[in-house]
Amino acid sequence: MKLVMAIIKPFKLDDVREALSSLGIAGMTVSEVKGFGRQKGQTEIYRGAEYSTNMVPKIKVEVVCDDDLAPRVIEAVQAAANSGAIGDGKIFVLDVEQAVRIRTGETGETAL
Amino acid sequence: MTFSKKLCGVMGAVGLSLLAAAPALAAPIKAPDAAAMAGMVNKGDVAWMLVSAALVLMMSVPGLALFYGGLVRTKNMLSVLMQVFMIVSVAGLVWCCWGYSIAFTSGGDNHFFGGLSKAFLMGVDGTTYGATFSNNVYLPEFVFVVFQMTFAMITPALIVGAFAERVKFSSLIVFVVLWLTFIYFPMAHMVWYWAGPDFLVDTPSDAGLLWSWGALDFAGGTVVHINAGIAGLVGALMIGKRVGFPKEPMPPHSLTMTMIGASLLWVGWFGFNAGSNLEANAVTGVAFINTMVATCAAAVSWSLVEQVHHGKASLLGAVTGAVAGLVAITPAAGYAAPMTSIVLGFVVSPICYIFVAFVKGKVGYDDSLDVFGVHCIGGIVGAIGTGIVAAPSLGGQGVFDYTVFPAAFHPEAYSIPAQVWIQVKAVVFTLLFSGIGSAILYFIIDKTMGLRPSQEAEMEGLDLSSHGERAYNY
Repeated sequence: MKLVMAIIKPFKLDDVREALSSLGIAGMTVSEVKGFGRQKGQTEIYRGAEYSTNMVPKIKVEVVCDDDLAPRVIEAVQAAANSGAIGDGKIFVLDVEQAVRIRTGETGETAL
Repeated sequence: MTFSKKLCGVMGAVGLSLLAAAPALAAPIKAPDAAAMAGMVNKGDVAWMLVSAALVLMMSVPGLALFYGGLVRTKNMLSVLMQVFMIVSVAGLVWCCWGYSIAFTSGGDNHFFGGLSKAFLMGVDGTTYGATFSNNVYLPEFVFVVFQMTFAMITPALIVGAFAERVKFSSLIVFVVLWLTFIYFPMAHMVWYWAGPDFLVDTPSDAGLLWSWGALDFAGGTVVHINAGIAGLVGALMIGKRVGFPKEPMPPHSLTMTMIGASLLWVGWFGFNAGSNLEANAVTGVAFINTMVATCAAAVSWSLVEQVHHGKASLLGAVTGAVAGLVAITPAAGYAAPMTSIVLGFVVSPICYIFVAFVKGKVGYDDSLDVFGVHCIGGIVGAIGTGIVAAPSLGGQGVFDYTVFPAAFHPEAYSIPAQVWIQVKAVVFTLLFSGIGSAILYFIIDKTMGLRPSQEAEMEGLDLSSHGERAYNY
């Protein structure tokens, strides 16, 4: 099993979710996160006092899938989250050792 | 002290014109007794003044509290709300105990503060009356007491913005009691106390110091805004900067709250300015429309400045401009004309903007919520501008001569340079009196109780460290 973790622009979340659903992905975890990469932060001005924020708001999507599906998941996220601009985000892929469905105790790919 | 031409606006005009329009009425009575005054009360005036008092309370809570609260960080939200709420409550008590008496009884030959004859509202009851600006028009005294009470409530609450996020709560409340007693009540006496239009002619020296100079302050430019603004600046300097200022970003936590608060201030300000006419008549209407349009102009003006300077007009800028406009029109409300009020509104915002955006950073004081930059500077612009916009030659309402009975109106006698000079003197006097007086009070409290919480308490946030609660639990 693989964990596909994608950091994407917030407004791309719906596109990514639809793309993954069409691949048969039945669940995902989404969090609001902040971070920085090459994209510059924003400048906020309050009564003339300027604050530059380095941290940019992003969405983190985490999906666990079986090994065969992983390349298509990565491809789908990459296509759906792409706007062509700096700050589109990153995809990380990790090996997953085990998965357990809490209600039934099922393990492995059947738990996904 | 003699009154060559001691004047207070056109308010008398309406009372007089009413008399003129009704020749069947008896000639005005000089120095009426309480029984006669009872017949000189107008139900419309009473209703309007009670509504005005409630509107001014709404300016403080929740208006000012939310305006300030939205500008601080989440961890200090409740501290600001609580400071404003408690100052309002304490000021109401102090006002009844000795404030009203010090502000609005005669000081005899002393023109700085009144006596204690009405302390604890002694002798004030349902059969006593307060003067207005028209001959033979009276308000039930309790109505006047409660209306003026709301001014004593909001003025010290304005100060807390200057040292928000870093003041010890108990010390602040003690400071407010002392500040009201030694600064605010005397200022109110000096600017607003006078014997009244039916009595002044017989006792021409029975008025506060600035009133007898002929200083014009319709609704509290000097007494409220310059007074609170300079006290705030002195406090910010003496308490010192917030931990982390200016390196650490301290952005407002909820400009939504700030917008709600500023809008409540705007609405409540009609009670403040138009209510300050003490009657419901044509001049009340003048003060009302002037308050409306000066605020519009100042909001637009601040937004234009930001659009040009930063390329973006911010909501915070617009509402700050609106408050600056309200401050500036306060002393001029019943004297100006709508179009000159608009000019005043357009002028005040860029001046306040310079202080808030440049001077504060250059000089390096931490006036957290710009009480000095908006209220003191806006108040100075308004107070001096009043000398210009009140001129009948510019469509202004001019001033009345109360040294004769009934009051007379000589528009041709109005001199802009002479009046501006009086206004400048009043501004300088207020800055010195309040600035030095406040510094002494801060010093005494700092040496006895301490003005500032510990650094740890400040970093944790005053909500938890001073009040044991959090604004937002989710």
